[in-house]
Amino acid sequence: MLVPVKWIKDYVDIDANAEEYGDTMTMAGITLETVRYFGKETEKVVVGKIEKIEKHPDADKLVVCKVDVGAGAPIQIVTGADNIFEGAYVPVVLDGGRVPGPLHGHEKEEGGSVIKAGKLRGVESDGMLCGPQELGWDDKVAPYISKDGIWILPEAFTPGTDLVTALELDTAVVDLDVTPNRPDWLSMLAIAKETKAAYGKPIELPDTRVQEKAGSAGGPPNSIRFAQQKKPSMSDYVTIDIRDTRCRRYVARAITDIKIEQSPWWLQERLMLAGMRPINNIVDIANFVMLEYGQPMHTFDAEDIAGKKIIVDASKPGDKFTTLDGKERELPAGTLMINDGEKAVGIAGIMGGLNSEVKDTTKTIVLESANFDADTIRLSSKEMTLRTEASNRYSRGIDPNICLEAANRFCHLVEQIGAGKVVPGAIDIYPEEAKPIVCDVRVSRINKLNGINISREEMVKYLEALDMKVEDTGDPDVMRVTPPTVRLDMKEEIDYAEEIARMYGYDNIPLTLPKMNTQSTVSRSWQIRELARGIMTSLGANEIQTYSFVSPRSVDMLGLDDDTWEKNFLTLLNPLGEETSVMRTVLMPEMLEVMGRNYSRNIDKVCAFEIGNTFLPSLIDENELPSEELSMSIGTYGAGEDFFSMKGRVQTLLEMLGITGLVFTAESEYGAFHPGRCARIQVPDRGGEMMELGIMGEVHPEVAERFGIQTRAYVCELNFEYIIARADIEKAYSPLPKFPSVERDIALLVDEDVEVGSLEAIIKSAGDALIEKVELFDVYRGKQVEEGKKSLAFSIVYRDRNKTLTDDDVQKVHGNILAELKSKVNAVLREI
Amino acid sequence: MRTELQRILAEAREQLANADTVEACEEIRIRLLGKKGALTEILRGMGKLSPEEKKTMGQAANSVKAEIEALLEEKLSAAKAAMQSAKLKAEKIDVTEPGKKFELGAKHPITLTIQEITNVFKAMGYSIVEGPEVETVWFNFDALNSPKNHPSRDMTDTFYFSQDKLLRTHTSPVEVRTMLAQDLPIKVVVPGRCFRSDTPDATHSPMFHQVEGLVVDEGITMADLKGTLDTFAKLMFGSDVKTKLRPSHFPFTEPSAELDVSCFKCGGKGCNVCKGSGWIEILGCGLTHPHVLQAGGIDSEKYSGFAFGMGVERVAMLKYGVEDIRLFYENDMRFIEEFK
Repeated sequence: MLVPVKWIKDYVDIDANAEEYGDTMTMAGITLETVRYFGKETEKVVVGKIEKIEKHPDADKLVVCKVDVGAGAPIQIVTGADNIFEGAYVPVVLDGGRVPGPLHGHEKEEGGSVIKAGKLRGVESDGMLCGPQELGWDDKVAPYISKDGIWILPEAFTPGTDLVTALELDTAVVDLDVTPNRPDWLSMLAIAKETKAAYGKPIELPDTRVQEKAGSAGGPPNSIRFAQQKKPSMSDYVTIDIRDTRCRRYVARAITDIKIEQSPWWLQERLMLAGMRPINNIVDIANFVMLEYGQPMHTFDAEDIAGKKIIVDASKPGDKFTTLDGKERELPAGTLMINDGEKAVGIAGIMGGLNSEVKDTTKTIVLESANFDADTIRLSSKEMTLRTEASNRYSRGIDPNICLEAANRFCHLVEQIGAGKVVPGAIDIYPEEAKPIVCDVRVSRINKLNGINISREEMVKYLEALDMKVEDTGDPDVMRVTPPTVRLDMKEEIDYAEEIARMYGYDNIPLTLPKMNTQSTVSRSWQIRELARGIMTSLGANEIQTYSFVSPRSVDMLGLDDDTWEKNFLTLLNPLGEETSVMRTVLMPEMLEVMGRNYSRNIDKVCAFEIGNTFLPSLIDENELPSEELSMSIGTYGAGEDFFSMKGRVQTLLEMLGITGLVFTAESEYGAFHPGRCARIQVPDRGGEMMELGIMGEVHPEVAERFGIQTRAYVCELNFEYIIARADIEKAYSPLPKFPSVERDIALLVDEDVEVGSLEAIIKSAGDALIEKVELFDVYRGKQVEEGKKSLAFSIVYRDRNKTLTDDDVQKVHGNILAELKSKVNAVLREI
Repeated sequence: MRTELQRILAEAREQLANADTVEACEEIRIRLLGKKGALTEILRGMGKLSPEEKKTMGQAANSVKAEIEALLEEKLSAAKAAMQSAKLKAEKIDVTEPGKKFELGAKHPITLTIQEITNVFKAMGYSIVEGPEVETVWFNFDALNSPKNHPSRDMTDTFYFSQDKLLRTHTSPVEVRTMLAQDLPIKVVVPGRCFRSDTPDATHSPMFHQVEGLVVDEGITMADLKGTLDTFAKLMFGSDVKTKLRPSHFPFTEPSAELDVSCFKCGGKGCNVCKGSGWIEILGCGLTHPHVLQAGGIDSEKYSGFAFGMGVERVAMLKYGVEDIRLFYENDMRFIEEFK
């Protein structure tokens, strides 16, 4: 909310500079965002009066002006603007002067732009006429008459006067952030009241007295006409009929003898500083009062109100309406509308109609100062995607008790600037008056919650500064508080804890710590994740974090069958886009995407992992929350990375987490992987049954290609919930062996398709309890090994924990192993 | 024989004087003391002598032998030392050649930041709890005293799966889950992912992380909140940072506040990190609203609590000087490796 410091000073006499003021308001709860200064970077810019405009001899689009700048003979200025006229007062930058800019068609220059006299298409120009933008104003606040042209000043300032002085432009605006619980703060008056409370100064409230001079003649009284004329009343202009309870109050006043013109500068300036464009006196006053009170106002041309009737009612299905921005809009059924005797003339609380707007020719207006249900306006505004200053305010909630006062303020200003004559009386339909919520507040409770100790008297002082009424209840601890009705947020005792805390000053609350004694605990899941991250980074893997929501296509890209569980997505109703429209069921696709992105950036090696949630709809009950299970992905490509480096990392990770008995089984059917280089990973559960722990392998070249990885890539996905369940992270000691071990190396000649895993299994089972370790140390194909065979060299370590093994002991078992190998897989012992 | 012994000793002395290598020493030892060595020959010949002579000659021979052995030993160790030193000299390496590389990976900066924040709170006796990313409207909004018409409930702000299920917009629903699940007192921090319907740009991400905190017990006050956050800020950002609470508004806390810490980059003088103000907004907080305590099944007359929540990405961006939030989710290896 843009708050001109000047405007606040109209009500409260403060002498703080803008920063200090903003900081004070911040500690009152209205956070200062920025301070904007006006009238800076402006030198040798004066008020000029255009005396004569002539055509430029050599340029159709330029004119040559004679401008009185208060210094003897008028100066000559060439301009291309077409909104100027003889007699207009305009800002003139003299030779060597400076304006903040940006200059028309240019970027803003640091420190402003300097203007030099020179020739324009052969004609001398002694300076520049400028528009509001060149003087540093935002395009959207440039007065309507001066939009895209030279700034036509609204008053006859003395030519030659310094512009900043004449317009009192050396001023500042604070941008304050208003929290949603305080819609009342969307008005200068409420900010002024908060300022009053913060500074402890008196406030001067706006003048709302109205003289109601409609019907009295202007100029010399004509006795005959005067005698015949009866005093006008509201019923001569309009009647109000509320047919929908969502209109909580409707105040109407009428103004005759309207003279549409530019508003005086003080009014225009306040609007511009507050971020609104001056249009004409009537519209400007309506906007001024809206900014001042937070009460939106609407003005109708009385001649356009058919049957002199205003009826507030809901729209019917299929109704259309053209708003004053010229757009025809479909109205959602039940939209709260303002109608006259024949047609709709406005969308309540959002925007008026083109058919009844105030025009330059308007003579009489009907003023609406009404209150509509906040949710109604919010939903309509959203549904029609039509947001206005009015709808923003209504949506957040406005006190209905201010309608009449705001209407009177409007009328007062109309009279003050001579824009028209106010008809006596007001129509005020107010079926159910808004009442304040009276609340009993315990002094002890407020002190206890805030951790402070202040007296009841002090609390009363704070509350009264906020215009709240405090009464005795007979109990010295209990205050009966009546907040003003603008304070829609004051509902119960706890709300007063904050009011008193911020008036006391958050800065003054002491620093203490909770007295309880607690032990920090973490879940097993958290602990295992932390361990796994530590292990993975020690294994050279970088951790990645990817979105929980993905594109359903990312799973398609894995090349899986259509009916796999990986495609059982939980789907968002309102995703940002297809890319983030379903919850991930596996982590692999995003790992591949990250690998592809890195590949495309010429990163020659990736070794990464992620631990994160995957989501599946609840199988038991659709109303249940989905299952969220932790999964882990690992992905690699680049020099030194292959199937076995991936497998080694998986084995090390699981070994470090105390998970033993892993079995890797070849898998050729999972679409994402190379059919000959993929393994399912299983581990026996506590009962010995094999459980699926995950899958790993070389990415299928087509899949890699789809993800933009043009090299061999490897991924793995592990069920992390199962890892958490199975991890054994207790450390245990077993005594070091007392007896020596015996090592035997064997080389076995087997058929190519015999798996190392099966040989190891045979060795272990035949070797029984004496086997301490079996390790493959060489695989040989080539000379001396016939085609279709391979030679596998194992080292077998035997040990008996209870005695020293003799040669005979070993030989017995070793022979047994060789016999088993021979009989089961036809493995032939080969000399090494 | 005696002269023979003297001659051998003299010969040994002379030869050993020039013996510089282990091999030379060894050769001399064999020649004199070996099985067929000169001294051994003499000793062997003593069998012919009378017992008297045997005794004196034996003593003389042994003393010569001992002397030669001592000489040999001395020479040998000198030769060994020389050899060792020559070997070491020859083995000189260029210590400025690069070391062998052991590549360690890096944790994601968001993980690091969460760890750092939660470690501070763990040290202060807080437990870590977590909750689901997919939530019910009740836990995410209703139980947190969010007005029925609050704009944050709109489909333009929140991702929905159905009328009742959504992606949580903050970690605060875990507050109520914890109150319902746990005995008092409660003292927890809740890290986790959150989602809001923001189009990604340099400062917005539709997915982000928060760390929530909740303390509930008898007699918890705003002063306790202030003291706790001041301690946290000093442990997290340095013992000389200052903190400031500003009034604010959240539906689930009353009174509500925002915590500013003095800029840890410029120390409060004003810089680009704090946008010249000297202060950085870190988190929102306040006393838990009685309605929230009630939703968690807690007697709000007897107990009170405070809660706070901070954006992890924001803290990480400030702490590490990351200027674009999207970098966290691009997962460029070079970016992640900067956090080794």
